[in-house]
Amino acid sequence: MADLSVSLCGIELDNPVIPASGTFGYGYEFAQLYDINMLGTFSFKGTTKEARFGNPTPRIAECTAGLINAVGLQNPGVDQVIGEELPRLERVFHKKVMANVSGFSVEDYVYSCRKLDACDQVGWLEVNVSCPNVHGGGMSFGTCPEAAAEVTRAVKAVCHKPVIIKLTPNVTDIVSIAKACEEAGADGLSLINTMLGMRIDLNTRRPVVANTMGGFSGPAIFPVALRMVYQVSQAVNIPVIGVGGVASAENVIEMLLAGATAVEVGAANLVNPFACRDIIEALPAAMKKYHINALNEIIGGCSHG
Amino acid sequence: MKQGIFEIIENRPLNGEVMRLRLRGDTGAITCPGQFVNIKVEDCFLRRPLSVCDWDADSLTLVYRVVGRGTEQLSKMQSGHLNLLTGLGNGFDLGPAGERPLLIGGGLGFTPLYALAKHLIAQGKKPQVLLGFASASQVVYEEEFKALDCDVILCTEDGSRGMKGFVTQAMPGLDYSYFYTCGPEAMFKAVNDCAVTSGQFSFEQRMGCGFGACMGCSCETLYGVKRICKEGPVLRKEEIKWQT
Repeated sequence: MADLSVSLCGIELDNPVIPASGTFGYGYEFAQLYDINMLGTFSFKGTTKEARFGNPTPRIAECTAGLINAVGLQNPGVDQVIGEELPRLERVFHKKVMANVSGFSVEDYVYSCRKLDACDQVGWLEVNVSCPNVHGGGMSFGTCPEAAAEVTRAVKAVCHKPVIIKLTPNVTDIVSIAKACEEAGADGLSLINTMLGMRIDLNTRRPVVANTMGGFSGPAIFPVALRMVYQVSQAVNIPVIGVGGVASAENVIEMLLAGATAVEVGAANLVNPFACRDIIEALPAAMKKYHINALNEIIGGCSHG
Repeated sequence: MKQGIFEIIENRPLNGEVMRLRLRGDTGAITCPGQFVNIKVEDCFLRRPLSVCDWDADSLTLVYRVVGRGTEQLSKMQSGHLNLLTGLGNGFDLGPAGERPLLIGGGLGFTPLYALAKHLIAQGKKPQVLLGFASASQVVYEEEFKALDCDVILCTEDGSRGMKGFVTQAMPGLDYSYFYTCGPEAMFKAVNDCAVTSGQFSFEQRMGCGFGACMGCSCETLYGVKRICKEGPVLRKEEIKWQT
């Protein structure tokens, strides 16, 4: 019997498959399609202190093997998430959920994380210092080691639950930022957020998305994500969640071999709403094919070239 | 919403770039006119959302214009199977239609109005259909609407068929109990301004997922933020916040 379980910052997951923030809402839409309790967990829609509408539309652009999004952290704000989304989620999801948090100042992050940390349903805080679609926040904290460390320290000071910092690939040296977060007390890291990208409509000669640029995700970025997971997991001693283009059981295994403890699946959910279910169901056969008895035994198992 | 595999029965041009695609498969998730399907097209990453023009127990009809890579790919498929998400969006609310609703289609906006007309007729209503096209060569589905026994008023911008001008120029002379419209947003604003009754608008937007997960197609309304793919694509006149 294949053992799919992994341990993420001290919490056991039945399997390492986690729908990524921004592609799974607050779980409700997907709970109507399949039993989402089969997931390892999921990371809910990036939540901020105040409600946000986000960017103007169009927010989406098709790309080869992926898409660009410039949603801009649309969410109802942390109080409504706690007051309405979490109670609604509780009826359909009985595991710990990962609370994804964004902010525009250190105080914003602290405010939202402190409140979500106090919720029983929340297992982990995933602190997004890497959103490419908002100005004056988001990614600006994740592109500089000192700023990333400052957010990490401030959030850690008010949270009892594991704090996972979600990193951006849009930097010169992701390892230095990862190490700064680890030194500041992060319990884990998730990487990568989307890569900054752009498309132009040839008919109108204007950018396809209203925000001009957006975050590129999907299978096209998998090799970049895998490389960064590999580099970062070599350099830190805290768990790394591999995110970026994961779309199959084989991709999950590859991410784990690169050093990821768990994986997040993002863009694939938007094309196939059953993607995470399908990946989880395909894992035992894929493990058998590659002679894997237990997923937790292969984490970081890639031999050095 | 359901995911299903549909067999291509027909995929042929109605004129120039406009194609009619008929598919056989499980349509059980489609509950009302104005909903859409989201189609996985080979060599494209995102699905392509298309309005349902007509459906019955085991088949559905879509009408689309070839405008980009996705629809071009789709237009090449003469046989085989397609993966569809069906039953997406809220669809039209037939409740407020009254006895003589007006259905206003701009260009391919007539698409969801065809199934709507059928349903209204089945309820004993007498829909009038106002169709606007750029020119005579663009006109499609006039005969199909007439075959339903609807009053059809045709407008072309250049006057090459029917009345000359926009649909809104034909509206003042009409007596109607309510309206339903689908078409370009510029037409929506004009329809909104000249309509003498309440009505519903079916919007179009670039979508990521089509089922409410990604927030790619959100819009602000007078009653909060709505997702065109989930709480839409049909919005009521009273809730629309027009861009100024």
